Amino acid sequence: MALKGLDIFKLSPKKNCKECGSPTCMAFSMKVAQGAVSIDACPYFSEDAKAAMSEATAPPMKTVKVGTGENEYSLGGETVLFRHEKTFVSKTRYAVSLCSCMDDAAVDAKLAEIPKVDYDRIGERMFVEMIYVNYDAASGADKYVELVKKAAALNRVLILNVEDPEVAKAALEVCKDSKPVLNGATPANYEAMNGVASAAGVALGVKGANDDELFDTVAALEKLGNKNLLINANTSSIKAAYATAVQFRKAAIKDGNRTCGYPSIVNVAELAKGDAHLQAALASVFTMKYGSIVVMDQMTYAEALPLYGMRQNIFTDPQKPMKVEPGIYPINGADENSICLTTVDFALTYFVVSGELERSGVPCNLIINDAGGLSVLTSWAAGKFSSSSIAKFFQEQDIEGKIKCRKLCIPGKVAVLKGELEAKLPGWEIIVAPREAVQLVKFLKDMQ
Amino acid sequence: MPFTAKSGKFNASINTLTIGTGDKAITLGGENVLPFYTFDAPIENAPKVGIEITDGGLAAEPECVQKYYEGCETVVDMAKKAASMEGVDFLSLRLEGGDPNGLNKSTEELIALVKEVAEAVDLPLTVCGCKNVEKDAELLTKVAEALDGKNALLLAAKEENYKTVGAAAGLAYKQVVGAESSVDINLAKQLNVLLTQLGVNAQSIAMNIGSASAGYGFEYVISTMDRVKAAALSQGDATLQMPIVTPVASEVWGVKESMASEADMPEWGPVEERGIDMEIETAAAVLVSGSNAVILKHPVAVATISKLIKELV
Repeated sequence: MALKGLDIFKLSPKKNCKECGSPTCMAFSMKVAQGAVSIDACPYFSEDAKAAMSEATAPPMKTVKVGTGENEYSLGGETVLFRHEKTFVSKTRYAVSLCSCMDDAAVDAKLAEIPKVDYDRIGERMFVEMIYVNYDAASGADKYVELVKKAAALNRVLILNVEDPEVAKAALEVCKDSKPVLNGATPANYEAMNGVASAAGVALGVKGANDDELFDTVAALEKLGNKNLLINANTSSIKAAYATAVQFRKAAIKDGNRTCGYPSIVNVAELAKGDAHLQAALASVFTMKYGSIVVMDQMTYAEALPLYGMRQNIFTDPQKPMKVEPGIYPINGADENSICLTTVDFALTYFVVSGELERSGVPCNLIINDAGGLSVLTSWAAGKFSSSSIAKFFQEQDIEGKIKCRKLCIPGKVAVLKGELEAKLPGWEIIVAPREAVQLVKFLKDMQ
Repeated sequence: MPFTAKSGKFNASINTLTIGTGDKAITLGGENVLPFYTFDAPIENAPKVGIEITDGGLAAEPECVQKYYEGCETVVDMAKKAASMEGVDFLSLRLEGGDPNGLNKSTEELIALVKEVAEAVDLPLTVCGCKNVEKDAELLTKVAEALDGKNALLLAAKEENYKTVGAAAGLAYKQVVGAESSVDINLAKQLNVLLTQLGVNAQSIAMNIGSASAGYGFEYVISTMDRVKAAALSQGDATLQMPIVTPVASEVWGVKESMASEADMPEWGPVEERGIDMEIETAAAVLVSGSNAVILKHPVAVATISKLIKELV
């Protein structure tokens, strides 16, 4: 549970030395309580006091880091159950699964498939970040290690799904530097697996036949001093998986049950049992409801486009609007002679407007202004989308040099700008477009 | 020590609402827990799936949907076929052609169609207007009259036309009134209050709090649903306890991901799969965020979402 400023003050040195940058110990304690500064900023807090505090101020859910370098991802660390309460901090990550039971041709085909989905959406790279490598005991340890090597070559975070400590050790030997996840602690083997995972310094995934077993095994591992853990949602049924994902997250965040506060792995490939459409539905369900890693059989563009778009939406900070880069966006094969339209850089506006423009089939240049990521009327009211800002933007970007057409459509909601713009952009014909994006198709077609 | 979760059962619950009559009638709502939280308390009425057709008939459907209606010549044929598809709980007829900025079909023509469809199928019926508030006021008033006794859901009464639509659907002909607002909890609440002040029974209102495709400002839809359910259940706000019905089909089949041809976007793969997954993933997300019913278009999406719901409840 979060400590109050006064509780922290009681443990503070009460010297008012100002070395931490705050005028008094009281002020410092208040800031620590709000999470504005770290307790470490004070050089005089006793170790005992810090230990007592770190236990009490620890976040309800652990942040687990996996992977290295540009492939390092933070999982978990959430403080709320719903995004409107504050914000979600760690995106759901997607993994595609492989198995050592597959023959070489199937493995190669899948490994070749994985990098195909890789694109940019509003400044975010969308791709499969992880590979889930299943161990099949019947095909032996050597084949598994070979598969792990092959998968590692793709340079994604690996999740080694293996419950045999010896095999796990051998597989980690070839990939531990890339900080994979070892997914394989069960009630039967957790002590040995803990040793293997700790020695390699990797996060350990925990499983149980039911939520009680899962909980007890996590508790036992915590007793052994390992808190670098992930929990596996039950795979016996979709309902059971949903129950683990929701109940553990809720217990951690709402009821302060730290043993439940670990990121989760949800294997929707296993839950969907080969039904690709059901898998798509489940990937969506567990992106919404508390899956930190979602394991899929494959990731096609059909599955990826809505999924990554949804994830980008859900994991944005509700206090910060999504923005697109200002600039000229040619639509429907527009060139320098195509008609120009302008609007704000608020991502939602951009998507709705560009979608309608594409639907019209009319080649046009969409010119996006830097308007602070606000909607048309809000940015206009705030003075960020005005005749001066548009004119200035045209100058900075040298629009007149880049585009020959001298027709500019402005959003109907800011029709008042017409006169001023005509004065500030001599030579341009300013046309007032409709108020709503849906009317753009008709508007553009009529104009032709 | 076993895992013990604190129950998340609430004292308040979502209103129960019946649409249709007879054996095939469906009941929405009634739960006192968050979406699919069956571990907190059983959910008696699973969310329902509707299939959408329009007055435009076969020609108005995306190519990949048309093949499922092979042999259908009229909208009524399509309605019969749609009603027989796997996982369908109710039929939704969208009167798109009524839009004055579109085909501008006359109210009489559309009402005749509504009557024919209603006679041809015995599934509960949802009739959606053309989104033009003036035309809908006229159109839905007549629909309410034409479907007297069918207990149909009419989508939708909006802030601009709630008096006309609410009075006809809710007061005169006792249909279920759909209250549509655009992704804002306060607007949703206000419209419910206005409708009840008009005399519409709160128990015969369903909400459409707004919809979007995954990736297109979808966070507003999800957060509005999260907040509406929180207000309805944890704060017991009776003005927000109406079940939520979310039309998904009318959003997802118009975005680039489900429309761009394979020739234009070769790396994206078959356009049909993209449309289906866009519909499925959007529907799955709004269901776990609180929708009590979704309206879809593609038969594969309908069957998949219906299966998902059965697995979760």
